[in-house]
Order: sequence, then structure tokens, then C-alpha cells
Amino acid sequence: MAIYTDNGGSTLAIAGADFAIIAGDTRLTSGYSINTRYAPKVFKIGGSTSSQDDASILLSVVGFAADGEALKERLDAVCKMYRYRHGKPMSVSACAKRLSTILYSKRFFPYYVHAILGGIDEDGTGAVYSYDPVGSYEREQCRAGGAAASLIMPFLDNQVNFKNQYIPGSGIGHELQERERVPLPRDEVEVLVKDAFDSAVERHIEVGDGLQMMIITKDGIEEKLLPLKRD
Amino acid sequence: MAIAADTRATSGPIVADKNCEKLHYISPQIWCAGAGTAADTEFTTALISSQLELHSLSTGRKPRVVTCMTLLKQHLFRYQGHIGAYLVVAGVDPTGTHLFTVHAHGSTDKLPYVTMGSGSLAAMSVFESQWKPNCTKEDAMNLCSLAIQAGIFNDLGSGSNVDMAVITADKTTLHRGFVKPNERSQKLKNYKFKRGTTAVLNEKIITKDDIGKYVSVHELEATGEERMDIDP
Repeated sequence: MAIYTDNGGSTLAIAGADFAIIAGDTRLTSGYSINTRYAPKVFKIGGSTSSQDDASILLSVVGFAADGEALKERLDAVCKMYRYRHGKPMSVSACAKRLSTILYSKRFFPYYVHAILGGIDEDGTGAVYSYDPVGSYEREQCRAGGAAASLIMPFLDNQVNFKNQYIPGSGIGHELQERERVPLPRDEVEVLVKDAFDSAVERHIEVGDGLQMMIITKDGIEEKLLPLKRD
Repeated sequence: MAIAADTRATSGPIVADKNCEKLHYISPQIWCAGAGTAADTEFTTALISSQLELHSLSTGRKPRVVTCMTLLKQHLFRYQGHIGAYLVVAGVDPTGTHLFTVHAHGSTDKLPYVTMGSGSLAAMSVFESQWKPNCTKEDAMNLCSLAIQAGIFNDLGSGSNVDMAVITADKTTLHRGFVKPNERSQKLKNYKFKRGTTAVLNEKIITKDDIGKYVSVHELEATGEERMDIDP
């Protein structure tokens, strides 16, 4: 009897100078079947009501959908309790640490998910934290998760962190200068996210149907829904 | 007789080929649609196509669909399912029009409408709800196209385009890319790199005159007709 199901799908997060974007496709699969073409994987966390209008943290979960849902509910409840007790919302760094302890608390019966947390840190900079299923985490500039992570991540290394890109004619052999990393503007990041998913859809059967993008800035959270191929 | 297939080939969850050909030639009036292991459908149909051609030459008769089906099932049964070919055999011969399925273990069915592969349930749901006896060529083509599209959109193992072959008493027409409902969207950004972006740690240029230092070179006389076709 299987305890876990792989529900496919992919997620992606990129941090900018004053924003963070978390995106995920909306297809939910099991085996060769599509269970639904619209199941969100990105959630607002820790608002003062269930509408999450004043939320300031984003969470994406991909892997086993039931565990993703349970983890989201649990982290949301924790953030809401924090707000009730302290009279202020949780910081992203505090929420990041708390999520890690939640995941590790189930070390020998894990939440079978790849979680990514996003928000704006105390300095007003975009923040992305990524996790393995048992709570190992790290703050990063960008991260892809889920079924097509191995297809998207190398693209991100190259296009966000400019890996393997050098300044033409800047030196010979090992003296060659690496292309300098600069934070990307929001519109450019949105383009990268769309192109990354369009390519993932072409080559991974579990990715498709819709693209859900959440953009968090100091002014709040914006949500965008774009169509993806449905085959 | 209309026979159709999608054009997606997968290896695990990865799309290996977005526009492969699953409609295999057996003889001018007999075609096979193959699902399962790509190499097995390819080689099995090619082998039986060859045997059927020789059989036709020695008997001086046109090949029959039943003969093709029998050769396929006997071949597949001998390999006890290890040859993973799941085939739809369709064709017109002097006896009439015939449609079969052949499973990898060697079992066969003879039916008025059939489906095979991971999208077979999606496709069959269309047939079971819309098929009518004695339909026209256009009706048959449309129904096959809808059945394959049901697989393309609802089964993850199927995708991309619809290929179709229509076999009548006097000719066969192959419609490669009969429907293309999944064209790739335009990329929003241009990903062209500036020349020199990739690091070159060291380089060494070998001229044609010095090639003899690295490999043995024999100059051959090129004489008229015997000249090989090489890139200029």
C-alpha cells in the first residue's frame, strides 16, 4: 500500500532587489492521468483572516499534494498564532526557521514536498528560502522545485546568476572575467518565469495547463494566471 | 479505413520526441499504428513488412491483412511479451477492409473500431459515444482525429499532433500532421549570447597541411562517377 503519491507539477522562485516572485503550474496528476487542470501550488501565508488579504509571506509546495496542503495549513496556523500573541506579523526569516523545524519534526514520516518560502526581509530586499522534505534550508537568489526542477534550474543558474557567462575579450584562459551579477528588474524576471515554464511544458509530461505567479513587494501581493499548453 | 496516432514519444516522464511517426508502413494497402516500446514497434513492423513482401512475390497475390496479423501474432507470441509491441493493424485487400489489434503477448482482436496504448481509454470513450456503422471517409477521419485528441489532452503519455492514414480500395493517403493543436508558443526573450561569452581555456589550431601528424592520410583519386558525395 502506497503512503505517498507523486502529484507532479513544478515550482519556481526568484528574489529581486525589492520583490520576490514565486510561480507554479496548476496541473495535478497521478500516473498518466490529470486529476485537475487548476490546483494552486502557491499560497499566501499568515494573513489575519482566511482571505489572506494582508499576508506578507508566500509558500509554494510541490510533490505529494495532500502533504503540501497539510503543511500549508500548519504553517498558516503557526503564523496566525504568532500574529495573535505578538500583535505583529512574523518576519520572513523567523517564518523560514519555523518551517524548517516543522519539517524536521516529521523526520521519520516526512511531509513529502519540496517547499519554497518567499517574502520581503527586514531590509526590504526580496527573499527566497528553499527546503528539502526534512527541513534542511538555505536562503537563495532563485530555486526551481518539483518534477521539472532539473530542467529549469540550469536555465536559472545561467540567466539569473549568469553562471558560465564571461565578459568577451576580458582576459585569456583563467584570467577571463565572469559576467557581473546584478539583480534583475521585475518585468525581466516575469519573462524568465514564463519562458522557463513554456520550455518545461514542452519536455515534461506532468507540467502544463496553467501558470500561477505571485509577486510580493512592499505594497503587497499580486497574483497572475497565464495559460500553458494542455497536452 | 482510417488509422490515426499522436506524435509524442516519452522516456519516463520526459518527452523524448515531440513529433515522432507511429504510423508504420507494412504494404501499400496495409498500415500499422504502434504503441509500447518504440524500437519493438519499428523493427517488428519492418520485419513483417519484409516477410509479407516476399510472401506476396512468391504467391503472386496482393498481401492480406489477416496474413499480416497472423505473422505479427506468431512472432510476438514466440517472444512471450518481451517484445513490447502493441499494434493496430488496418488495411484493404482483395477480401475487403480489415481492422485488428495485436497485443505484445500475441492475442488479437477483430473489431469495427479499436484503440491501443496509454491513450486507448480516452480514445475509446470517444468511439463508444460517437461511432456509427457505415460512416463516410470524412466521418471516419473526423472521429479518429477526435479520439486521438482525447488522448492528447487527457492522457499524459500522449501529446503533440495527430497523424492519419486513409486506406481505400485504390489508394492510401498519409496525412502527416493532420491536426496540430499544440504549436509551441513564442519565447518572450532573445537568448542569443554575445560571441566570446563561453570561456575557452586553451585552443590549438590544426591546419589541413599538418593533419598527417595526427592521423594517417591517404590521397584517393576521384574518378568521375565514383566520386563520393561530400560536403563542399
